[in-house]
Order: sequence, then structure tokens, then C-alpha cells
Amino acid sequence: MFSLGDLYQQVIIDHTKSPRNFGKLDPCNHDAEGYNPLCGDQLHIYLQINDANIIEGIQFEGQGCSISTASASLMTESLKGKSVADFERLFDAFHEMATADLSEEPDQETLGKLAVLAGVKEFPSRIKCATLCWHTLKSAIDDAAEPARTE
Amino acid sequence: MNIEQIRSDFPILHQELYGKPLVYLDNAATTQKPQCVIDVVRHYYEKDNSNIHRGVHTLSERATAAYEASRETIRVFFNAKSTKEVIFTRGTTESINLIASSWGGANIGEGDEILITHMEHHSNIVPWQMLCERTGAVLKVIPMNETGELDMEAFSKLLSERTKLLGVVHMSNALGTINPIQTMIEQAHAVGAVVLVDGAQAAAHVTVDVQALNVDFYVTSAHKMYGPTGVGVLIAKQSLLEAMPPYQGGGDMILMVTFEKTQYNDLPHKFEAGTPNIAGVIGFGEAIKYIQNIGLDKIAGREKVLLDYATQQAQAFDGLKQIGTAKEKACVLSFVLDGVHPHDLGTILDREAVAIRAGHHCAMPVMQFYNVPATARASFSIYNTEAEVDALFAALAKARDMFA
Repeated sequence: MFSLGDLYQQVIIDHTKSPRNFGKLDPCNHDAEGYNPLCGDQLHIYLQINDANIIEGIQFEGQGCSISTASASLMTESLKGKSVADFERLFDAFHEMATADLSEEPDQETLGKLAVLAGVKEFPSRIKCATLCWHTLKSAIDDAAEPARTE
Repeated sequence: MNIEQIRSDFPILHQELYGKPLVYLDNAATTQKPQCVIDVVRHYYEKDNSNIHRGVHTLSERATAAYEASRETIRVFFNAKSTKEVIFTRGTTESINLIASSWGGANIGEGDEILITHMEHHSNIVPWQMLCERTGAVLKVIPMNETGELDMEAFSKLLSERTKLLGVVHMSNALGTINPIQTMIEQAHAVGAVVLVDGAQAAAHVTVDVQALNVDFYVTSAHKMYGPTGVGVLIAKQSLLEAMPPYQGGGDMILMVTFEKTQYNDLPHKFEAGTPNIAGVIGFGEAIKYIQNIGLDKIAGREKVLLDYATQQAQAFDGLKQIGTAKEKACVLSFVLDGVHPHDLGTILDREAVAIRAGHHCAMPVMQFYNVPATARASFSIYNTEAEVDALFAALAKARDMFA
């Protein structure tokens, strides 16, 4: 069984207290809002993607719980300087990790530091906290008109 | 009052989560059910299950008698004049929708005003917004102050001959505030408005006498007063109910149906179309009897002692800010903790086997007022103990330390 310590690892507490890449990115050429109507988490993600489809800049703003803030912070860290194709691979891997069977080990090689969030799958009511930023980022890349929602 | 005796009436309380005894402090969301309520529901399905109001056979007669006996129990509890004034619904939400649709549809027009308060549950906001959209009426809101009390001066000013209905929550689920409904009803009546009181949160904690209050509509849910989910009640003045069109059409609400014309049934059946939640109603009646056996005054007195005990600890707890500090309040301790989001608190406390609610409590305007995305809420009931309050604060200290 996962314990609380598996969910609230030091890395997560650290990213909650000092989120990386926090604040508005100006200029940016993609952005999107995300909203979790269940708990009121709100997120705004800003992106600067260059002609070679590389994410040159990525920042976020908003308010949310520890899991959603840390997840967004870790996500921006892991994607800065990566390609949109890398994002797609990570999106799938992250989603798989958050919703996999409890017995399955996370794909550490693909996910790297993001694997610290594997603990959420033991806490069904919190999975959406971890995935909100990923859905929001997808909306930003797709230039979706509607805000991303977890519901 | 013997709390251990009361606790022994609630089988669910006697279990462990993650190796620790369950501490259930989410009573404002729903209360637990005593054995007697579980037993009557079970007895109904094992011995009496059949449809009511139509069978000539023995089971149907027994089921009908038990269902209608609950109506009488509930009439007495709220001191309604007659069982014609006691309408069973699916709960508070359906009761309010019934009023908005039936009474509102017949009585509200363009330019009329519906007055509600800033601390309403969504279920006493959205049906009125929908009615205003349909009719062109205007929704007005009574403001509140920082402690979570209504601004009574502003209320007086908002009342006018345009005010057709005042909808006010008796006790706020998000703040615990008990509103001065007696005064508000008198003032609203003085301008000719009818008054709906949302008693979902109050009815298990505050004595309600609908005749003494002279309230037009009082609504509540069984599951917040030790009864089953999916059943509630609308208590309304007979004269209003008689003038109102039916809410839903169907079986049981008719006397005679032809393709040319239907004659509606008498009260209260006119508003109870279709086969109702028979077991739920019977359980509701038993839950009311359970409250009566202990005595609502004694319950309120004991809960006040417990809330005071919890409030003292809250005031002494570093970094904790209470949301809702009205002078008149009951059973609800809503708060935020510096550096720990309410949802993280909810998860951390859960692993300590302490069940609280974290979120907007279906009262988003209250969250907007205090400029918080959510609060953590511990809410107490008759079976809670001082030791459980201690467990809550021990778990909060643990959460605070994790994020320190």
C-alpha cells in the first residue's frame, strides 16, 4: 500500500513551496486555461514554441493544491527545450502512470523526475489534480478555444 | 446524555481505517444512520414491500400505513397544521425546484424580484436563476459580513413591493451561521413576499415550528438528520399548495384521467407523482423518532459544547483561520490552514482516519466572498466526542508539519 509519504514526497513538497517557471510568459504564442470544477483548481499555461516545434518557453500561473502545483511545476521543468513530439510521448506516459494498476511500476526511463507523482494512483480522488496541467498544456498546444477541464 | 450509548446506536462508527479508529466529521454532508433506521428499511423490504395507495392486499395496506405514519411523525416534528402540508420529495434540492417551477411559474413575472442571500447553497441559487431566465424576473442577493452574518440593514433596504419571494438558508452548510429567520420572515411578509427557508442543514440541530415561524415553505432532507438518502420534504401552507399547479404529472397525483381532462388528486398526493421512495420515507420517519427520543434540545446543547471545544482548539492552532465566526452558529468548523491546501488536508486527514470535507461546499459565492478556492470543514453530530476533536487537531498538526 502506498503511504502518505509516497504521495507527499520531499520533491513534491519542494515544488509546492517554490514552484518552478511560475508566472506569466511574455511574449508567448500559445496559452490555455485549465479548471477542475470539483475542487476549484485553476491553471493558466503559457508557451513559446519555435518554428522547429521546440518548446522554448513554458510557464504557468494559478492556484491549486500541492499535487496540482507540483505536477505543473515538474511538467514545465521536464518540457523546457523539448519538442512537441516529446510532449506527446510524455503526455501518454504520464497518463498511463497516473491511471495504471497499483502493481505496475512507472516507466522511469521515459518519465524521469515525473515518476515521483506515481503515488497519486493510490488516491483516486487526487488523480485529476496531477493530470490537470497536462490536459491544459495539450489545449495550449492545440490552441483549443475552450478551457481544459478535468470533468 | 450518554454519548457511548448513542455511539453504540450507529454501527458504521465502529470500524478502523488504515489501522486507526474512524473519526467521522463530515456530518454536514450526510449524517450516519442509527440501527433503528437501518432496521425499519430492512424490515420494509423483508416483510412489507409493495406499492402504496392502491393495493387492496395486506402488504400494500401495511406499506401504505407505514408511509403515511411517517408523514404524521414529520408533521408533528415540524408542527405543521395538517399532513396535507407535508409533501415528500427526493430531498431539499427537489423541494426547491418544485417551488421554483410550480409556485414560481404561476406567480413570477417580468420585473419581479427574488431575494436570496450570499450564503445560499447552489440548490437555493440555481433554480431561481433558471426561473429568472424563463420569466425576466430579477435575482437580488442579501450581502453578508466578514464573520458570516447577513447584513440585516441591507436586507431591509432590498425588500420592496417588487420582492415576491425571499429564499434564505436556515443554517449555512459552509459557515455554520444560523440566520435570524423569524425576523426575516416577518419583514418579508410585511412587503407581501412569501418565504422559503432551506432547512437542509438546520433541521437536525435547531427546533423548527413552522406555525410559530409562519413560514410559507420549509424544506429539508432526511439524510442530514440520520435518515436515508434520496428522500426529503416540502412543508408548505395549505392555501399556497392548493393554488399551485402540480409539479409533475403521473400516477398517484390524479383522481380521474380521461384523454379530455384529468382531475388532480387532493393534497398532499397532488405533488407526489409516481411511486415514491417508500422505504426512504419510512426510514425518514424512524430517524425523526430517533431524534425525538433523545430530544432536539439536548442534541443542540451537546453539539454546542462540542463546537465550543473545537473552536477553542482552532483558535489556539497556529496558522489556522476560521471561515465563519458568526455569533449564532452550530456544528460547523470551516477553516483554511496556512501553507496547506484544503484538498491536501483532506487526503492527509483521511489517512489518519479523520473524514472531513474539503472544497467549495456547493457554496461557491461564499468562497468568492472570502477569496479562497476552498475550505476544509469539520462538522459535528450527536455521536462525536471530544477525543475525536483531539484526533482532528492531531492530524492537522501532522499535515502542518509535512508542509513545514
